[in-house]
Amino acid sequence: MKMPTSTWNPKIVAFVCNWCTYTGADLAGTSRLKQEPNARLIRVPCTGRIDPVFVIKAFESGADGVLISGCHPADCHYNTGNYHARRRWTLFHNLLDFVGIDSSRLHFSWVSASEGKKWVTVVDGVIDEIRARGPFERYQKANSEFALPPALFEAAAKEVQQHA
Amino acid sequence: MPSLQHVVKDLLASGAVEVVIGYEKAPGQNRTRPFFARTPEDADRLVFDFSALNNLAVYLTRQKRPAKGKIGIVAKGCDARAITMLMQEQQLTRDDVHVIGMECSGVTAEMGADLSKDTLAAKCVTCKVQTPPLADTLVEGPKDYERPDDRNGARMRELEAMTPEQRFAFWAGEFDRCVRCYACRQACPMCYCEQCVAEKNQPQWIETSATLRGNIAWNVIRAFHLGGRCVGCNECERACPADIPLGLLNRKLGMVAGQEFGYAAGMDASAPTLVGTWDKSDRQEYIK
Repeated sequence: MKMPTSTWNPKIVAFVCNWCTYTGADLAGTSRLKQEPNARLIRVPCTGRIDPVFVIKAFESGADGVLISGCHPADCHYNTGNYHARRRWTLFHNLLDFVGIDSSRLHFSWVSASEGKKWVTVVDGVIDEIRARGPFERYQKANSEFALPPALFEAAAKEVQQHA
Repeated sequence: MPSLQHVVKDLLASGAVEVVIGYEKAPGQNRTRPFFARTPEDADRLVFDFSALNNLAVYLTRQKRPAKGKIGIVAKGCDARAITMLMQEQQLTRDDVHVIGMECSGVTAEMGADLSKDTLAAKCVTCKVQTPPLADTLVEGPKDYERPDDRNGARMRELEAMTPEQRFAFWAGEFDRCVRCYACRQACPMCYCEQCVAEKNQPQWIETSATLRGNIAWNVIRAFHLGGRCVGCNECERACPADIPLGLLNRKLGMVAGQEFGYAAGMDASAPTLVGTWDKSDRQEYIK
């Protein structure tokens, strides 16, 4: 594990399935394996539950990177959830790459309930890669770009104040 | 060889269909407009030429269907693929429609233009379905035309050669113009959800105001929802008042569907949908 060299710490949102990766990450914790603390885990019932709008929402909300992880193929708790998810991801990650959100921002992995060590490797790898890329400023700046130009916005706010 | 008008007249006179969706000449203009022929006399108003731009399959979706009974529809190759895709998704049965397939020699990109190598619609440049793959009656016609260079293909290769930052900047610039009129959705025969994700507000996944943030979300999700379903009729791009090159996004996903899964949307009514199925051998090199 590398210690952060700057004050900036990436925000990583990880969507993990309840049955494999969440349990695997839990195992990493109970095994006291050291890992970087930048990933916020969001537990979902199955990788098949992960709608691409979740990923978009994560980036909108300031994530610098997203990690999606679930059961290995043939190990899904619901038998086929991860197979369905895999097809959607193939389309989705290619689409995101085409609009400029490339594979260093959006990661996928299979981590089973017994792979605590693999979870640490995956998370640390993802965080290193995103740290090297830097904050996802372009998307985060989009958050502050209102349809109303700032000058107009201020004028409108002033008018409201006068009437108050 | 029967003409379009004869075919339609027979269909309506015999009561085989309740209505025929086709094109008529727009008065005083060098363009056509959608026309619903309900009587045998109406059949004479139908025309078909390079200005038959609209994908009329959009009128076969449940909310817009013009009749309860059987519907006849005039369809180019790309429109026939959309009709097939609707059947693949159980929106239509084979018996619901009588498809009058038109052999097509290309349409113009814009309403009102004459057909030439320069005004040919982008979708026609790479078209492989001059003869519709689905037709109950085929109306033969010219189907050879001079094809210019694939400008959109070149544009895609250009984009793919850029860095992710440059690509993001390019698309942010395009999506920034979006006014969220949803014309792309209205024109699309595959956008038939009765409640669109863009209108869901509990929770609000996609911001409704026309800011860059919401626009990125809307345009990316719209394109994704058409992944493996888009037949490339390009009506979304034609309908877009802000000239956002939506066709490039759809084409990208179409390419991925073809390369990764050997899948082409709307070619076989009995084929399963792309994301409704899966295979153990699906590629997964990008998954750690």
